[in-house]
Amino acid sequence: MNPLVIILILMILGAILALESKDLLSGIIAMGIMGFGLTLAFLFLRAPDLALVQIIIETMTLILFIATVKITSNQETSERSISHRLLPRIAGAVFILFLTLSFYRVAEELPKFGEAVIRMAAPILAYGAAATGSANLVTAVILDFRALDTLGEATVLFTAALGILIVLRHEGEKR
Amino acid sequence: MTLYLLTFILFAVGLYGVWTKRHLIRIILGLVIMETAMNLFLILVGYREDGVAPIITENSSNTAVMVDPIPQALVLTAIVIGLATTALLLAFSVRIYAKYQTLDLNKIRNLRG
Repeated sequence: MNPLVIILILMILGAILALESKDLLSGIIAMGIMGFGLTLAFLFLRAPDLALVQIIIETMTLILFIATVKITSNQETSERSISHRLLPRIAGAVFILFLTLSFYRVAEELPKFGEAVIRMAAPILAYGAAATGSANLVTAVILDFRALDTLGEATVLFTAALGILIVLRHEGEKR
Repeated sequence: MTLYLLTFILFAVGLYGVWTKRHLIRIILGLVIMETAMNLFLILVGYREDGVAPIITENSSNTAVMVDPIPQALVLTAIVIGLATTALLLAFSVRIYAKYQTLDLNKIRNLRG
């Protein structure tokens, strides 16, 4: 049996536990199961750079979530979780049905697992190292072939950091 | 196909969380789950059987089969942006808690006005 299947089932269980656990803190820890499972999956899928980044990001996400729960409360007071009205439920069911159907259509079109057809990356694989001088082709793509994407990423990161600063600052509050 | 289906189930679990939960932290957890599923799906699509990581070493010949580096590079970007958006959402929920003393959307809606 493919080890990825086991990892994915564990991740799904972790996700369900994250959403359905009694208190928020254990839910957040259960989300950690999913995140570190994703790290393992990246390693099995030959993506070591992603695994490294994912470990760091997952740890930081956990810290941020736990800090938020510590500042706010750990209790989930509401028992009523789903809306009472009928219309949102019908809309939800129709939406999920539509999504599943479109997933089946798309999954037919996709290449089978493990048989990816490499078209766009073929020149990168062939000449990437010579053109950029980077032995790691993922780095070559990030910092050379698609450097503008990385600039956009840095912009988003900077904007988000600014947003957090503006939202959480204390000066200028109305007293 | 099994792996694609399991990834879709993971995405659906996250969607279910965003749809039914009324607590802000749980909704953010659902968003993180959906994001995880999307990242994993993109990497799954770029995988090749018996492929090696797209890193050129001394003893790897040029004809060695490598996995697709472009999805890996873009998912790397997406992971980092995911952390930024999650942090922003958590900052918003801290502010909402400071104002309303609760993160329950039902109660916040009652408190409006």
